Amino acid sequence: MIPGTFDYHAPATVDEAIRLLGELGDEAKLLAGGHSLLPMMKLRFASPKHLIDLNRIGALKGIREQSGMIHIGAMTTENELIASALLREKCPLLPEAAKWISDPQVRNCGTLGGDIAHGDPGNDHPAVMMAVDAVFVLQGPRGERLIVADRFFHGLYYTELAPDEILTEIRIPAVSKGTGYAYCKLKRKTGDFATAAAAVQLRLDGGVCKKINIALTNVAPTALKAGDAEMSLTGKVIDEALIEQAARKAMAVCDPAEDQRGNRDYKTHMAGEMTRRAIRQALARAKGN
Amino acid sequence: MAKQHIVFSLNGGVVEILVEPRTLLIHALRETLGQTGSHIGCETSHCGACTVDFNGKSVKSCTVLAVQADGGEVLTVEGLAHNGALHPVQEGFMQEHGLQCGFCTPGMLIRAYRFLQENPSPTDEDIRMGMSGNLCRCTGYQNIVKAVQYAANKLRATQGA
Repeated sequence: MIPGTFDYHAPATVDEAIRLLGELGDEAKLLAGGHSLLPMMKLRFASPKHLIDLNRIGALKGIREQSGMIHIGAMTTENELIASALLREKCPLLPEAAKWISDPQVRNCGTLGGDIAHGDPGNDHPAVMMAVDAVFVLQGPRGERLIVADRFFHGLYYTELAPDEILTEIRIPAVSKGTGYAYCKLKRKTGDFATAAAAVQLRLDGGVCKKINIALTNVAPTALKAGDAEMSLTGKVIDEALIEQAARKAMAVCDPAEDQRGNRDYKTHMAGEMTRRAIRQALARAKGN
Repeated sequence: MAKQHIVFSLNGGVVEILVEPRTLLIHALRETLGQTGSHIGCETSHCGACTVDFNGKSVKSCTVLAVQADGGEVLTVEGLAHNGALHPVQEGFMQEHGLQCGFCTPGMLIRAYRFLQENPSPTDEDIRMGMSGNLCRCTGYQNIVKAVQYAANKLRATQGA
């Protein structure tokens, strides 16, 4: 399988990439890690006339801390996230989830920004981004704008990103003391997308849950925030009965598509189970901190 | 579309070729450069038969464009042996019967080569995780894990660790 014909562009700067995107318009696609786009091009699900490769733009890579926020270049790869000591300390949910994505070779190419901007509900980072209160930096010809992860995903392969914009950076608040986290993912085999997965990050103060984020992967046209489940735990001392109640509330927002991974009931049930496990693990970790 | 001129290092030598932008690295290696050691398996980045070492990292060359290799360094299974002496990973797969039909082996070898630089003293579990992007349909993996351990031991011994 070979993709259809296209012209290849490899800009060295973000400005050059934005200029190219403006000139080439709808006929261009941005190439990040390529492990979603190139397979789609081979299958003719996508036939862009131009590819703008972001891999040679050094400014889009790297992880740094600035005033309590972790700034991650959109072209930072999954394996770079996993290897980052800064992330393990300040945003541990992100490298934990990245370990569950595909396999070592794919993680050398796949990028955080690509995983987010593709808008595929099977990708893991959208839910993780909601769980860690991430902010995305979108850069276009009119300058840059910021948008929170909760408001970025509109539908299947449909995001807030305008056709002339590039997701350049992801900003995540560093975790504070008493934070627990977990990403629980059910998948059939290495390399598969999640049947269902839950990302949880919570903060305890004196045993009371001050804040909790719960987000779900691959059980709706976009990653989902389980708002009612979060509310049912906020301000409480979390016990098994409350976890069960929260899992039920998380299941209530699921709207999965039936496929080889299972029917709607099964996937919804698994989303509930992943939610239970993720809350329990996050709680145990928060108590250990 | 016009072909593009690309130059990259392949197994220590410099190669220059003309490729269409849509040409995948695996096709450039096999068809343009005649290096047929790397295999085409699933073509969907699952099986790992096309794994090559690119700029010091393992990648699946069915999902990398040849134009992206311009200016880079590529190592394939053909580059592992030196002066007729097998690389320890090759020796390990031979000694421990880490292959049957051999189709997945070039990808297994080049992945094992890089994995053992990332983790020179792996546990069996580390090997299973580190090699999880390479599928074998014959051996059941037991002997592949043993082969990689054999190579790890040999590499540590020769490097005087």
